Amino acid sequence: MKDRVIGQSVPKYDAGPKASGLLQYADDFTLPGMLYGKVFRAKVQAAILLGVRTERAEQLPGVHAVITAKDVPNNNLRARFGQSTDVGGQFEGLYRVLAEKEVRYYGEPIALVAAESPDLAEQACQLIEVDLQPLPGVFDSVGAMEPGSRQVGEKPNNIASHFKIRQGDVDQGFAQADVIVEGTYRVPYQDHAYLEPESGLAWSDDDGTINIRVSSQVIEHFREVAEILNLPHSKVRYLGTWIGGGFGRKEDITVESYLALLAWKTRKPVKLTYTRAESLLYHCKRHPFQMEYKTGATKDGKLVALQARLISDCGAYSALSPWVLLYATVNAAGPYQIPNVKVDSYAVMTNTAITSAFRGFGAPQANFAYESQIQKLAHILGLDPLEFRERNYLQTGEAFATGWIYERPIPLTELAQKAWSGLGPLGSAEGGRKLGRGVAIGMGSYGRLTFLHDTSRSYIKLELDGSAIIRCGVPDVGGGQGHILCQIVAQELGVPLERIKLHITDSQLTPLAGTTTATRQLMMSGNATLKAANELKKRLLIKAGQLLNVPIENLIITLNRIEVESSRKEGVSLVEVINRLSGEGEELFVEAQFNAPFTDIPASEVLQGQTHPDFTFGAYAAEVEVDEQTGQVQINKIVAAFDVGKALNPAIVEGQIEGGCIQGVGYALFEDMAIHNGVIQTPSFAEYLIPTAVDVPDITVILLESGSGVGPYGAKGIGEPPMVGIAPALVNAIEDAVGVRIADLPVTPEKIRMAIAQKPEGKR
Amino acid sequence: MDQLTESMITIFLNDQPFQAVAGASESLLDFLRHRALATEVKCGCGRGDCGTCAVLFDGRMVKSCLVLAAQANGKRVYTIRGLGRDALMANLQDSFIQHGAIQCGFCTPGMLMAAYNLLRIKPTPTRSEIRQGIAGNLCRCTGYQKIIDAIAAVAGKTAFVSEAADSLDSPNPTATDQEKAKAGYLLLGGG
Ligand code: FES
Ligand code: FES
Repeated sequence: MKDRVIGQSVPKYDAGPKASGLLQYADDFTLPGMLYGKVFRAKVQAAILLGVRTERAEQLPGVHAVITAKDVPNNNLRARFGQSTDVGGQFEGLYRVLAEKEVRYYGEPIALVAAESPDLAEQACQLIEVDLQPLPGVFDSVGAMEPGSRQVGEKPNNIASHFKIRQGDVDQGFAQADVIVEGTYRVPYQDHAYLEPESGLAWSDDDGTINIRVSSQVIEHFREVAEILNLPHSKVRYLGTWIGGGFGRKEDITVESYLALLAWKTRKPVKLTYTRAESLLYHCKRHPFQMEYKTGATKDGKLVALQARLISDCGAYSALSPWVLLYATVNAAGPYQIPNVKVDSYAVMTNTAITSAFRGFGAPQANFAYESQIQKLAHILGLDPLEFRERNYLQTGEAFATGWIYERPIPLTELAQKAWSGLGPLGSAEGGRKLGRGVAIGMGSYGRLTFLHDTSRSYIKLELDGSAIIRCGVPDVGGGQGHILCQIVAQELGVPLERIKLHITDSQLTPLAGTTTATRQLMMSGNATLKAANELKKRLLIKAGQLLNVPIENLIITLNRIEVESSRKEGVSLVEVINRLSGEGEELFVEAQFNAPFTDIPASEVLQGQTHPDFTFGAYAAEVEVDEQTGQVQINKIVAAFDVGKALNPAIVEGQIEGGCIQGVGYALFEDMAIHNGVIQTPSFAEYLIPTAVDVPDITVILLESGSGVGPYGAKGIGEPPMVGIAPALVNAIEDAVGVRIADLPVTPEKIRMAIAQKPEGKR
Repeated sequence: MDQLTESMITIFLNDQPFQAVAGASESLLDFLRHRALATEVKCGCGRGDCGTCAVLFDGRMVKSCLVLAAQANGKRVYTIRGLGRDALMANLQDSFIQHGAIQCGFCTPGMLMAAYNLLRIKPTPTRSEIRQGIAGNLCRCTGYQKIIDAIAAVAGKTAFVSEAADSLDSPNPTATDQEKAKAGYLLLGGG
């Protein structure tokens, strides 16, 4: 199309309805006669569950159902995450709907209640009694790995999964090294802290089908919910809502299995919305990791060996921990050319909150460690940190530590230099504070693991008046996942954006498009939609060519028209072409499927070859001011530079980078989840502090468009990669300012003050 | 719910009277969402920490989860939907849309209210004053930058700022249309 829509910052499909307040989120829906659900939870970290007594709760007038494990048709499932490929082995753990025989973590659901008001549901919960025999809790993930530690989960030891990378010979590599640095890094829990708490509304149809309207990143969970209820997959339907923020936490089942059970049992509509405290205390978090690194380089600044041991705390059920661990392992050496790499990683079960998917999915954790090591090596070698990195970036045609030879551009030199120079002239610090600057790079994958054989489908229909309907089961978390499909259709078929209707997330009526996770939707559903659009375009052009008596190569689609490229006045309206075809019995609809690159399922725990469709590369530079007395850090500037392949909507792309960056700032500096013996102590946003508008600076975003992505028009994914790189950039800047290097996040003022106090005299 | 603790509450919601029974400890937020079905007012925390529930109450911006429904009896409450015809709010909404300031959108109604409140009080704020002005409203998606851009683009441009402010502060919710017109209410959506 002549007037290009692709590449323009046009407003999102959902922006208007959101600005007006008309768009309905999960908790905004009601149904007549609706009941309110509530989850009754364990108030102990580890125990044998001897019995649950619900009679008193059931007798309370207005209570319609109390459900415990014995009422759940299928209470113990293999946790699966929307994939249809059977990957078996260490990737799957137990998904247990309600506690049965044991309690593994504080807050584990034991019973469900449906009542006529939220207050009644709460009262009913207070009448439930449990007989528990407390067990000693296992809270330290490193200790839990030791033989003899009490078994937390269903596996014989507490190691839920274990991966390895073996490349070259690290002993030989370290023997060649002139400098070796070692470090142990700790990264904390992080709460997703989206503004919309988990919520849904379920009801049973006349034929017994369970409908669940829910804020979910994965509508394919209808299959798991059907298995829980022992219903055919066809009798559970998800109607996903526009999501008020997900960041990975609405990837696992949240409220929907509970809702389905309550609606199935009561045959009435049931709503369940978590309070903020329930959301903060009881749902899964980002994995804390302990990471022991040893990195060696020669004195001319070449990396020769890297050895790492990564230990993640996966809590009491493994959830997505094996996958997160795999990502962390693949990322452990970063985008560097290192001939000898040895990585061992472990996801370890404890009696603590479950940890699972969170934007970045293991990559930000590993990135903090490998970039900290790089920085330390540069200092010891006396090399400029940027130059040291430049000597070691992976180059096109070279292999990652897994042995996968990467054939696309890796413009890290340009990105890091642009980010660094984007800081501009050095500012001046106020009131005796110390100024410092830092830079760091990173990579983040997009697309699910290639051995999951990922697919997406999308449907387009052109109406007789030249308007269009898109149906695609794509959950939209606010990143334009739905909208961008409209931009693609507008671009390819000449339909004005305002004449496109988009249907998303109906697991029975929209073609299944897969999960909105893994930064995959632009690549997957974008390509599926582009494929469908191209098929329709071909049919339109053939007909237009006949009508105009012009070869189709000479035709272009413009807004509402098909024109002869060399003589633009010659043409035919889209409406006419559509109506001609329709008159001949040819309806203009296409459903297309896009398949991601496929690889084989790993044969062992040693990761080898390609694991992801592609990576996105980026760099951050930051300037901070640090008060040596108080340890307070003020961020003056941040520059972000990312190769996004192609920015299909630059404002949306910038928004992903700005938002991801600030979430990373929170991770690096503010978000301090207090957790004591497995019990989270931060139940509100007054205790768990996420960045506010006054805590953060403006961010300069630099977009590089290499056109080399796997997505439509050469786009790369950008949802998660911006979480990667900001934490080490800030830590490097703080070190530059006050001469102390913090190895465990978040870098709170106390840690800085303590480190300054312990700093040897005269050294900075 | 205990009958004795319930009372009949009337509010003037977006210039329309709305009457319902409310519990003694029921928040204005719950009253708006559950009784009046004003679902454009969001609940992100229910305890004053996030700002998604912001409304104009009696001429001031409040977090409606911190106000009791009973306190609102006889009072005027505006949500963003009630301000849709107000020039300043309409400009802000459009600016949010144009600047890509809306990702998931869950913070948006409260953010718009905070922005509106700020520009009524301070029509030409600096960027850091805008940051201060929305500091009580959390956004987890945008990093705030495009929200600030959107507000800055409207600042100082809207001629109706002061008139809107006057009308919202009017003490008399039961005024006749004539009185309202005089006070400038009709800017706010047809009384
Ligand atoms: S819901 Fe009122 S401030 Fe969060
Ligand atoms: S746009 Fe999602 S919280 Fe602000």
